[in-house]
Amino acid sequence: MMKTSTPLLSLENIVTKVNTGTPNEVMILRHLNLNIYDGDFITVLGSNGAGKSTLFNTISGELPVADGSIKLRDQDITHLSVEKRTAFLARVFQDPKMGTAPRMTVAENLLLASQRGKRRTLRLRHLKQHMAHFKELTATMDNNGLADRLNTATENLSGGQRQALSFLMATEQRPDLLLLDEHTAALDPKTSEQLMQQTNQRVTQEKLTCLMITHHLDDALKYGNRLIVLDQGQIKFDVRDAEKAQLTKEQLLSFFDTIE
Amino acid sequence: MSMIVSSIGQGLLWATLGVALFLTFRILDFPDMTVEGTFPLGAATAVMAISHGMGPLTASLLAFAAGAVTGLVTGLLYTKGKVPILLAGILVMTACLSINLRIMGGSSNVSLLGKTTLFSAPFLQSLPKYFDSVFVGLVVISVITVLLIVFLQTNLGQAFIVTGDNREMARSIGINTDNMTIMGLMVSNGIIGLGGALIAQNNGYADVSMGIGIIVIALASIIIGEVVFGELTLNQRLVAVTLGSILYQFVRLLVLQLGFNTNDMNLLSALILAICLMLPQFSKALHLNNVLKKGVARYDEN
Repeated sequence: MMKTSTPLLSLENIVTKVNTGTPNEVMILRHLNLNIYDGDFITVLGSNGAGKSTLFNTISGELPVADGSIKLRDQDITHLSVEKRTAFLARVFQDPKMGTAPRMTVAENLLLASQRGKRRTLRLRHLKQHMAHFKELTATMDNNGLADRLNTATENLSGGQRQALSFLMATEQRPDLLLLDEHTAALDPKTSEQLMQQTNQRVTQEKLTCLMITHHLDDALKYGNRLIVLDQGQIKFDVRDAEKAQLTKEQLLSFFDTIE
Repeated sequence: MSMIVSSIGQGLLWATLGVALFLTFRILDFPDMTVEGTFPLGAATAVMAISHGMGPLTASLLAFAAGAVTGLVTGLLYTKGKVPILLAGILVMTACLSINLRIMGGSSNVSLLGKTTLFSAPFLQSLPKYFDSVFVGLVVISVITVLLIVFLQTNLGQAFIVTGDNREMARSIGINTDNMTIMGLMVSNGIIGLGGALIAQNNGYADVSMGIGIIVIALASIIIGEVVFGELTLNQRLVAVTLGSILYQFVRLLVLQLGFNTNDMNLLSALILAICLMLPQFSKALHLNNVLKKGVARYDEN
């Protein structure tokens, strides 16, 4: 199961706390260790409060770590700011409102995201030059109508269109690591299924390294090459490749019974 | 007639405040109270600099710099000090009251009588009465508006806009939202300081109390522009602020003609702004839109 090559991202002995220094101090991640390798498509399971979102916020830099270190290849990024981490990291949130700028158009959002992690200068943006490319890009998210709405303010899009846009924005400029935080959970079953398939297609085609939180055991089993289960701030279960392929829903359910 | 020209001139000069406030109030999406301190600060800076022999143009640019510094302080209090924006603005505004008195050497009013101002140029003196303020106002507001329109079309400008639109998302694509906020406050207050310098030179004096109520005047130009012109693109909205500012001066003229005096203006400005802000509610309750539409529709459309 263990690989010997250098991980893309490694979390070593990570401790994350909330309400630090107050009587309400709670330890969320408890000495968590995780190595993420290039090309890993990891589905992340765990009950509410297990620390899934905290794990993502720790990787993205939103939450400071109390102890432990985070390494990107050989570089220590434990204390790197959120903005700086976006140079290699992209994220899609659960809430469709969070991933897009509501008063700006689809094309403007795409253009902004195409410069993720880069310095913003006084150079003119030249939106028109990018329109043909954006048309192609949005057309890959077939039959959701995004391609015809490039000049629409995103506040006027449906939730499904917004999440598809958020996903495109996260991947148009290839990230070293993609974090999907239940990005289909707020959508109706059909739209959700559609976005899930498009996600899988893009992640596997582009060989993106990706962590995806989900509450659907079926999705967790169906997609990705690796599956981890978080419980009480630690990784309690970690399977990959052949072992994951053989995993059944029943085995997973009985495992959940043992940790509760 | 000359009253109307005067109102247009005042509208153009005061439009600097509306455009400046647009950057914070509409784009960054928060009310910046600092401006009530920045405006007299700009006026005091320019008037004292001119009194000490500085050229009026350099003095006006110095007022811009002074304004930008107050914006920087408010921005640092808000982003790094985590002071709520409304309070941060009020703190800096209050501090400015003392600073302005210091700058003006302890007197509450300093006159520019006999000094060379932007309005003393021979060309402007040769124009009919009040046309000097129209000319200067038009040049300044055009330059500011064009520069802002170009700026908002740059990558940096877009990063600034998205900061006000969705802070979380801006951060997630690597934009330093603190820096964008500070930059917006600096530019906005810089322009307000410049506006203070222009209006002081136009009035011929600086007064420590000249900032009272100006945030309402600036907001009124923004809101009147929006109410009158409706749905517009961002660039058009910037121009609409100037037109709103001129309309506001017309309303002011009308009110003064009705027999009110200038002391009543703050009450009336607040009233005008309150009505404009409540207009969407009124029109919903009274179905004003339907009434208005019917009023202009052809008979066969009813």
